[in-house]
Amino acid sequence: MNFRRILKTIFQSQLGPIFALAFILMLFAIADQRWSSGNYLSPRNFRVMMNSAALIAVPALGMTMIIIAAGIDLSAGTALTLCGTVLATQFKYAAVASGEPGFFWVVLQAVGLTLLTGCLCGLVNGGLISLTKVVPFIVTLGTMTIFLGIGQIISRESTVYADEKNIPGWLSDFCYTGSNSERYLNFGFLPNIPNSVLLTLILAIAVVLLLRYTVFGRNVFAIGSSESTARLCGVNVPFTIITVYTLAGVFVALGGLMYYANVKNGNPSDGMGKELEIIAAVVLGGGSLSGGRGSILGTLMGALIITAIRSGCAQLSILNTYTHIIIGGIIIVAVIVDQLRHGSPEWFFRLLPAKNTES
Amino acid sequence: MRGQSILEVNEICKTFGPTKALRGVDLKVRSGEVLALIGENGAGKSTLLKILSGAHRADSGQMLIGDRPFRPSGPSDTRQSGVAMIYQELNLAPELSVEDNLLLGHRGTGGGLLIRNRQRSKVLEALKTVGLDGISPMAIVGEQSIATQQMIEIARALVAEARIILFDEPTSSLPQKDVARLFSIINDLKKRQIGMVYISHFLEEVREVADRYAVLRDGENVGEGKLEDVEDDTIVSMMVGRDVENLFPTVPHCPGEPWVKIQDLTGFPYPKKINIELRRGEIFGIAGLVGAGRTELIRTVFGLDHLSTGSVSVNGESVRSSIGERIKAGFGIISEDRKNEGLAQNLSIIDNLTLSRLADYTTLGVLNLNRRKQTAEKLLNRVQVKCKSSGQAVSELSGGNQQKVAIARIIHQQADILLMDEPTKGIDVGTKAEVYRMLGELAATGKTIIFVSSYLPELLAVCDRIGVMARGELRDVRDTLDWTEEEVMRVAIG
Repeated sequence: MNFRRILKTIFQSQLGPIFALAFILMLFAIADQRWSSGNYLSPRNFRVMMNSAALIAVPALGMTMIIIAAGIDLSAGTALTLCGTVLATQFKYAAVASGEPGFFWVVLQAVGLTLLTGCLCGLVNGGLISLTKVVPFIVTLGTMTIFLGIGQIISRESTVYADEKNIPGWLSDFCYTGSNSERYLNFGFLPNIPNSVLLTLILAIAVVLLLRYTVFGRNVFAIGSSESTARLCGVNVPFTIITVYTLAGVFVALGGLMYYANVKNGNPSDGMGKELEIIAAVVLGGGSLSGGRGSILGTLMGALIITAIRSGCAQLSILNTYTHIIIGGIIIVAVIVDQLRHGSPEWFFRLLPAKNTES
Repeated sequence: MRGQSILEVNEICKTFGPTKALRGVDLKVRSGEVLALIGENGAGKSTLLKILSGAHRADSGQMLIGDRPFRPSGPSDTRQSGVAMIYQELNLAPELSVEDNLLLGHRGTGGGLLIRNRQRSKVLEALKTVGLDGISPMAIVGEQSIATQQMIEIARALVAEARIILFDEPTSSLPQKDVARLFSIINDLKKRQIGMVYISHFLEEVREVADRYAVLRDGENVGEGKLEDVEDDTIVSMMVGRDVENLFPTVPHCPGEPWVKIQDLTGFPYPKKINIELRRGEIFGIAGLVGAGRTELIRTVFGLDHLSTGSVSVNGESVRSSIGERIKAGFGIISEDRKNEGLAQNLSIIDNLTLSRLADYTTLGVLNLNRRKQTAEKLLNRVQVKCKSSGQAVSELSGGNQQKVAIARIIHQQADILLMDEPTKGIDVGTKAEVYRMLGELAATGKTIIFVSSYLPELLAVCDRIGVMARGELRDVRDTLDWTEEEVMRVAIG
């Protein structure tokens, strides 16, 4: 009955990113049916999209926590490929091949070192930020290139390929999106969902619970909303910030592991620019760079939106150059819409038909 | 010329969602006079100001400047129409020079170029009018005192040739002597036939500076007239809608055994060698001018500011100087800066309320959100916070209700030693009375309170003892009965 009210309700609900994703999927599906092969929503392409989204989403979970705490991590991209490179190097120089006795320890060591690398990257970021009080943007801008450099030292400035027989089977299957159901961890009843997506969902639920049901989680929101208030209330601000960045480092390491599983090699410079994709996913999902606000569900949707657009453009044979422009435009539009939901929508609602003033 | 109406507001209505902020407000400002706009927080004063400044648009009703309709679409439009606002929080660019600030947004330029010389005489004249002849137009604004900055802001209104100036609680951050200066400037502005609206919580101040008054309550006009024809009590009862017999309700309490000992407390640069012994159930007031080191004292006691020497002990045991340790020892604080430090504005009421004692709701690290909500809502009821729901963001509450949330938080924290820095700043008379009663009740249950305030009547009414600070030192401590307002001021200035 009231156009303004309906619009307002849609804007102010938390479901905005879901609506946006549905809208984008629909748009591309229709366009795909009309002008292209009609494969956009096929199970296979769907798996491909979900897998690509998972690759962004896992590090974006950590980034969501950082952004809620009013921080930012520009080093996430190069830290991610640094972790991937560490993993690749471990397999490349492994003394035993897959299936041989002792290979378990090789895998354990490789994965352990990868996670440790991620942790350390996060610890360095968090430590520098809370000890030196230099803004996160600058600190992580610096560590971004430092991590790139370290990665290049480890990889001897080339791409690290490990022998196929040295890569454990589960890792090879981790990002598999083909039609062989045996390569999916479907427990006998699940449909064919890429293993990377399963991991993402589990991690996402864990982070949701962490943020909502623990003192740590509430403290993260408090610090992001007002650091001085948090301090006044006895929150241990440096500890919380270091923990947030270190945890985010773990997610980055898992992202690095998935990256390696996906491309089967480790190249440190692949990570340049990945951080922006990760940040974009958080922002598309409603995270506010000024802190205090962000949602895990939103971030997952954000990652899906980016891949849905990219895949859709590929299906329609739209040139890469235009895809970039479309994604950039969507990010800006999304943030404007988000501001309308939270900030001062006055100017916007003025554009709508005015209410009858004589009532 | 005097008495001619220059700003007229007729039947202005404004609703925000379910809240009716203004329901048909009328206002008339005449040239060369000061109209005091009085009302509790949430009465609609700020909304009205925002409509006048073009930040909000009225749902219905009209405004006239002279006899031309006035429908501002934004700040520059307002400025063009000759209306200037002086807000509580100053609106200057601190890194720019005085002159740049005065000319900011000014359209007297040649083809987009700022021709300074052409404007210079105007700038100097405006500065002279506000009594700032001594200041160089090239001085950086951020380096000036708050009082000077406020004068600069008024000068900016003059440069823009404002005919109507709206003041929103201009004295809330001013030291006493600068208040007198502000008032003499307002009197000068009157002679220049400028019409002014003056918003303030302080009736004494309003009487000193304003000619007429208009009272708003719940978005409606409830009374207006000449100030000389009305008693304070009448105005107060108009504001709160009922008779207030007692502006300073006290609860009987008697201080018990010595409990908290502050010894030689010194920070950099303030406070200096402070010694206080507090008793259980005592309200200890701290008076002094702005900048005397009162806030620094409280922050050092709480562990927020760095301690050079000295110690704080509770019950004979020394407490280490970290916020965590101090909270454990029973200290709680209410910050003077409610907006930035006191509360996390975009978090919910519950989150703010429970932040300092969250661990109580965990079992094996998992928060019990239901239990937290129940406890919080019980507490909100007790301190009577007006809100839609406990999940509402704190920023949506009025100043008085925000302050109640902050007080509820230290009650929830079960703090025994409450450090309150200007707890009644910027809240209305009715809420102030509630705060005084709460302080009394807390003291009666054995809590110790340090109460810092710039408003002497409340200190004299509520405290058991009062200490006066000047230049970082605690100059004199006496029982409240042995102080008078004049005595306190004499020590504070010394």
